[in-house]
Amino acid sequence: MHNDVSIVVDGLVKRFGRFTAVDHVNFQIHRGEIFGLLGPNGSGKSTTIRMLCGLLTPTEGTARVVGYDVSSQAEEVRQHIGYMSQKFSLYNDLRVIENLRFFAGLYGVKGALLSERIAWALRMAGLSGGEHRLTGELSGGWKQRLALGCAVLHRPQVLFLDEPTAGVDPLSRRDFWELIHEMSADGVTILVTTHYMDEAEYCNRLALIEAGRIVATGAPSDIKQSAIRGDLILVDCTPLGRGLEALRHAPGVHDASVFGAALHLVVDAAEDSLKYLPEYLTSLGVSVHRIEPISPSLEDAFVELTAKGRSSAN
Amino acid sequence: MTKLNLKRTVAMARKEFIQIRRDSRSLLIAVLLPLIQILMLGYGARLDANHIPVYVLDQDGSQDSQNLLKAFQASPYFDVIKVVDTYKDLGDAIDADRCKLGLVIPWNFSQNLHNAAQTKVQALLDGTDNNSAQLAVGYAQAVITTFSTNITVNWLSRYGLSQLASSPLSVDYRTWFNEELESKNFIIPGTVALVMALMGALLSSLTIAREWERGTMEQLIATPVTALEIMIGKLAPYLAIGLADATLCAIFAVAWFRVPFRGGIGTFFFITTLFLIVILGIGYMISVATKNQLAAGQYALLVTLLPTSMLSGFAFPIDQMPRAIRAITYLIYSRYYVSALKRIFLAGNGLRDLRTEVIALSVYALVVGYFATSAFRKTL
Repeated sequence: MHNDVSIVVDGLVKRFGRFTAVDHVNFQIHRGEIFGLLGPNGSGKSTTIRMLCGLLTPTEGTARVVGYDVSSQAEEVRQHIGYMSQKFSLYNDLRVIENLRFFAGLYGVKGALLSERIAWALRMAGLSGGEHRLTGELSGGWKQRLALGCAVLHRPQVLFLDEPTAGVDPLSRRDFWELIHEMSADGVTILVTTHYMDEAEYCNRLALIEAGRIVATGAPSDIKQSAIRGDLILVDCTPLGRGLEALRHAPGVHDASVFGAALHLVVDAAEDSLKYLPEYLTSLGVSVHRIEPISPSLEDAFVELTAKGRSSAN
Repeated sequence: MTKLNLKRTVAMARKEFIQIRRDSRSLLIAVLLPLIQILMLGYGARLDANHIPVYVLDQDGSQDSQNLLKAFQASPYFDVIKVVDTYKDLGDAIDADRCKLGLVIPWNFSQNLHNAAQTKVQALLDGTDNNSAQLAVGYAQAVITTFSTNITVNWLSRYGLSQLASSPLSVDYRTWFNEELESKNFIIPGTVALVMALMGALLSSLTIAREWERGTMEQLIATPVTALEIMIGKLAPYLAIGLADATLCAIFAVAWFRVPFRGGIGTFFFITTLFLIVILGIGYMISVATKNQLAAGQYALLVTLLPTSMLSGFAFPIDQMPRAIRAITYLIYSRYYVSALKRIFLAGNGLRDLRTEVIALSVYALVVGYFATSAFRKTL
């Protein structure tokens, strides 16, 4: 293994009875990288992250975290990682400082480092001076940063974050991602799951996961480019349903899908389509309000990739 | 698995202790419940019968029958409340629970006494409370025996045979360890076991289930803390609380209920610790298995409090149980603790005298400890 590779996942499978939650997943994450697992709820993101933390035993395949096998050396793995679970899971009936001391105790942080790290975590969470507040009384953003503080008191080499920003207001989410980038700059490897497409853009590299399988891996920009073969067009029209139906059968259109209140089309060439489509739609009784070329978002890529996955599976 | 890091264990114990302190329900179980229990059991569960209400049907109406009634009245165990005229009145009084004992003195009572013939007094009892009925019979026999002896002595001396009056042979009773034969002395030491079982099992059964229910378990098991450290860290505060409660109970027993404490305090703590290890281990395993506080609490009561109150000899003497049940009691760990408690309080036994109990409880503690340490796995 290369020195700069923190996590190696090879053919990882997790079955619960007859249900396959994670289906032969492979990826590698380099030291200091922010790697995102992007996918809808129930796609196997949390199951993957739990296997990497040694909380679930893989059914098949292997995974190594900082050189330790997650099945046979789970305790060694836990020494070197920080983990923030999906739900807030600090103790609400403990004070802020008591939660910090508790986790510091479990991670074996002691001596001068202890007070230094606790002071750091309090500053980072914006809770300096609030250390005697009951944790349950804190608002979402504070709780989340405190949970992050507790998870990294021992300066882990790898940080696992499972849906870290769920239920946190947008401003706190931005602050949170700044923290993540600072840690990554310090050399901490970060694996984060999310179903927010905009958040996934903060990652260095991504794996798109659907129904337990990885459908694409790469930098966000690469994924977008490789996923969308052709150009992307936005069409704002009424009625939306008839427009969608018509465009799916229009020549030169590969795919049409609803995005918010408008449609996104994947076409061979934007220039041709922009000339041809308004007339085509009007002739079918659809009134077009706006039609313009756009640059693809991750969501476009995701829809395109999972649609391919589905059609090739059928 | 077998690794035990002191720092992590202490962190665990400290956290658990803070949580107990902040949780009013746990505090209630730890502090108030033992007090209520010992007071209730101390006052309520007495088996002594004093001032048993007595109705009398005196068909004889002689000086002798009056003397017998006086003897009953003089006894602390009986209160002669009323003399009735018919047998039916007597039956009604028992049915209506106005008296526990109905005494029928036959019409030829006095006559038979003077003719040196044997005479009988009939006692009617309310058997719905079997224990009280048995006690009443016992006390009534004692009163009548004394009365009968006095008559014999009088009779003999009247014929100048007073030298025979002092019987050559007599049984002189001395009951050891519970001289007053008071049932409170018999029962109250055992209540310590009941308090330990209730408090220990209830609280420890919540430990693991609470982490699952509150969603804190996932974070906890993602840290390097081992299963053994979690168990010891979580149970240590309850062991401390248990010992404090046991002390409280012992002080109450001695200072409030005047039960003698003749044994060593070290012996008391040693054997209480063994018992607590068993109880806490069982509660912990139930908590691991159920992952649910409510279910865990109920199972814990079922497997600890129930056998401790019914089959430990705490209130119901084991040697009076049917043979099959008696055989089962040998498997009930509380039996050994209750027996040890009684002997520490009343007989002042030390560890050497209590070796059966110590060995039995140690075996239980080892077995439960072994299974408890392997019960919890750090996986979701």
